[in-house]
Amino acid sequence: MDGQVIKGLVAIFLAAILTENYVLNKFLGICPFLGVSKKLGTALGMSCAVTVVMVIATAVTWPLYVGPLVPNGLEYLQTVVFILVIAALVQLLETILHRYMPPLYNSLGIYLPLITTNCAVLGVTMLVLEKAAGDPSYGYIQALVNAFGSGVGFLVAMVLFAGVRERLEECDVPKCLQGLPITLVAASLVAVSFLGFNGLVDRLM
Amino acid sequence: MNEKTSLWREFTKGILRENPVLRLVLGCCATLAVTTAAGNAIGMGAATTFVLVCSNGAISLLRNVIPNKVRIPAYITVIAGFVTIVQLFIKAFSPELDTALGVFLPLIVVNCIILGRAEMFASKNRVLPSILDGLGMGVGFTATLLAMGILRELLGAGTVFGLPVLSGFMQPIIIFLLPPGGFFVFGMLVALAGRLSAEKKPPAATDCGHCPLAASCSINNRKKEAGE
Repeated sequence: MDGQVIKGLVAIFLAAILTENYVLNKFLGICPFLGVSKKLGTALGMSCAVTVVMVIATAVTWPLYVGPLVPNGLEYLQTVVFILVIAALVQLLETILHRYMPPLYNSLGIYLPLITTNCAVLGVTMLVLEKAAGDPSYGYIQALVNAFGSGVGFLVAMVLFAGVRERLEECDVPKCLQGLPITLVAASLVAVSFLGFNGLVDRLM
Repeated sequence: MNEKTSLWREFTKGILRENPVLRLVLGCCATLAVTTAAGNAIGMGAATTFVLVCSNGAISLLRNVIPNKVRIPAYITVIAGFVTIVQLFIKAFSPELDTALGVFLPLIVVNCIILGRAEMFASKNRVLPSILDGLGMGVGFTATLLAMGILRELLGAGTVFGLPVLSGFMQPIIIFLLPPGGFFVFGMLVALAGRLSAEKKPPAATDCGHCPLAASCSINNRKKEAGE
């Protein structure tokens, strides 16, 4: 692996966390972002589980798409196949963790059933294929790094936001903004701060 | 007559009383992502409504056939089939819309509104009420998307459906087209819908009651155990 490739991988990883953050820039995975970010512990557990599933799902769906689907002209089955693979994978992972690693199951496994319908997971498996279609140098390893980076980006957003929300608990909020509206306004401000990273990764290349 | 009014209620409840986005807080990702222009909002709303009506009808027909244990994967397969139909249709007839919606078109599969209505309504009700429920929810979803799309396009680009409205009157505020503007406008709409609703307050952010997976979710079960 030469220097240029490694540099490219670092750029993909950083871009996935900072400039193309799945939650704050691409609006993927908003439900868990709003739903389970109230406590730092749950936010951390959920995002670790999402990261693991994202990497495994990309590792499985990529060869499946390039292997059986494309040569047979079945690209239109992408949506059906990918969601079923993810659902099966999540179920399998949960069963394995439950059976063989109870401590890990208690900290990560309990979030797995929710991940089937997390659009960030299905999103990453499709977006890496979209990127690969437009860039011949973008291969399997780049896709896996991208998936891992997206998971870490999800984690960063969740953890940061959990901190913001813990502060928000103590604030005196007008009645009509209590609950979800003020949480969304806070998310808006966190998203503004992430706009500051724009252009950072291009500079790196 | 009585049956007719109840059917009418199934249809209208999705529009404000149980608006899927603003009251049940489902399908937020698509709402935030595609509302940078009013035209995209309508396209997304129509696509989702089609899938919602078809999947609600099909799942209601199959409700006695699908075994309870594998119902979630079965629902997802049915929904994914209809999403593929919509995808192919839009690709063929409106490639511009396909490009504008991008990955969010296939992501209708994981839009929690659809799975939520399948789990909470279609699996327990007859076909006609299920279809009307899907139609009402779809109209509510489209109306919300349209309101957000018009607001964001007007403030962020000074146009509505691509027609210049604010030119010469005020400078467009570009941040409304960027992600932060999406979160902000959504927050304000949720507050407004909360004010107009019967309870006079917005939904809590961590309300799991309407999540389609609440029944099989261990976080939810733990919360319940801790509460009891």
